[in-house]
Amino acid sequence: MDKINSRRQVAAMKQSLFDQGYLDEQFIQLEELQDDANPNFVEEIVTLYYRDSSRLISNLDHTLERNPVDFNKLDTIMHQFKGSSSSIGAKKVKAECTLFMEYCRARNGEGCRRSFQQMKKEYATLRKKLETYFHLARQAGPVETAFRPK
Amino acid sequence: MASAGDVFRQGLPEVCAAGKLHVLAVDDSHVDRKVIERLLKISSCKVTVVESGSRALQYLGLDGEKSSIGLDSVKVNLIMTDYSMPGMTGYELLKKIKESSVFREVPVVVMSSENILTRIDSCLEEGAEEFLLKPVKLSDVKRVTDFIMRGEGMKGVKISKKRSRSDDCIPSLSTAFSSVSHPCDISSPPSPCVLQPKKSRLSI
Repeated sequence: MDKINSRRQVAAMKQSLFDQGYLDEQFIQLEELQDDANPNFVEEIVTLYYRDSSRLISNLDHTLERNPVDFNKLDTIMHQFKGSSSSIGAKKVKAECTLFMEYCRARNGEGCRRSFQQMKKEYATLRKKLETYFHLARQAGPVETAFRPK
Repeated sequence: MASAGDVFRQGLPEVCAAGKLHVLAVDDSHVDRKVIERLLKISSCKVTVVESGSRALQYLGLDGEKSSIGLDSVKVNLIMTDYSMPGMTGYELLKKIKESSVFREVPVVVMSSENILTRIDSCLEEGAEEFLLKPVKLSDVKRVTDFIMRGEGMKGVKISKKRSRSDDCIPSLSTAFSSVSHPCDISSPPSPCVLQPKKSRLSI
C-alpha cells in the first residue's frame, strides 16, 4: 500500500510541477530515455545541470559586477545557461533567461541585474522542487514514471 | 529536381563490426553531450562525443598534425554538431569537414536552439544534411540514423520542425558510403548501367 501511495505522490508532484509551469515537455522526453539499465538518467542529467549552472551563475555575477558592463559576454554566458535549462525542460528558468538576454541586447544594465535576480530565484525554487521530486521518485521505486501529465 | 525514379540505393554505410553506425557528436554543453549520447545509444549507434570543433578535427585527424598517410583514418558515419560553440562554431566545423577529401562525404547534421533562417540556409548551402532544433528529440535522432542506415535519399528534406523546404530542394542522395565516388561530370554521357547522380545541394 505504501508503494502505491508513494507513486501517487510522485505523480501528483509531477503534475503540479507541470501545472505551475516549472517544467515542460522536454522533461518527459528525458524520462522516456530511462530504462532498467539507466534508471536514474534524468537525475544524472539534472545533477550535471546544477553543476554547469553554478559555474555559469557565478560567471554572470562577476561579469555584472564589472564596469562598464560587457553585454556581449553576458549574452554569451546566458545563452549557454538558457540552452541547458531548455535541455532539461526548466520552463520558468528558461523564460527568465530569455528576458535577461533581451535586456542585454537593449544594453540595459539595470534590467539585466533585476532579471538576473529573478532568474536566480526561479532556479533556486526549481532546484528545491526537483530535489524533493527525485527523493520521492527514489522512494517510490522504479516504475513507469514517464507518463504525461494531464 | 530528382524524381522518385532517380533516387536509388548507392550503397549501405560501412558500419563498424557490431553493425552499428558510428556517430561523432560535438557540443560544448555538458548536459547536451550527455543527452545526445543517450539518444544515439538508444538509436543503436556507437557514439564518440567531443566538446569542441577543434577536438572534433583532432579526432578526425584533420587538425593539420602530421599523420602517417598509411594509417587508416577513423571511420565515422555521421557527425552531429551544435552550432553555437566558443572557438569554432558548428558552421566552421562543417566547412572544414566538407573541405576534407576524406570526410566530405560524411553527412553532417547541425543542431541549434535558435530557429534562424539565414543560419539554417547557410548550413545547408555548406552541405549540412539536416538542421535540427534543440532540444533534440529521440524521434529526430531516429529519423536521421534510419535514413543513413538505409543509405537512401530522403524525399522532401525536413529542415527544422517549423519550416519545410520549398520546391527547389533536391532530395539528398547520400553517396557517403560508396567507395567509388561519381563526380558529377555533365559532359560525359551517362553509362547505360549506372544512373548519373544529380549534384545535390545537400550532399556531394
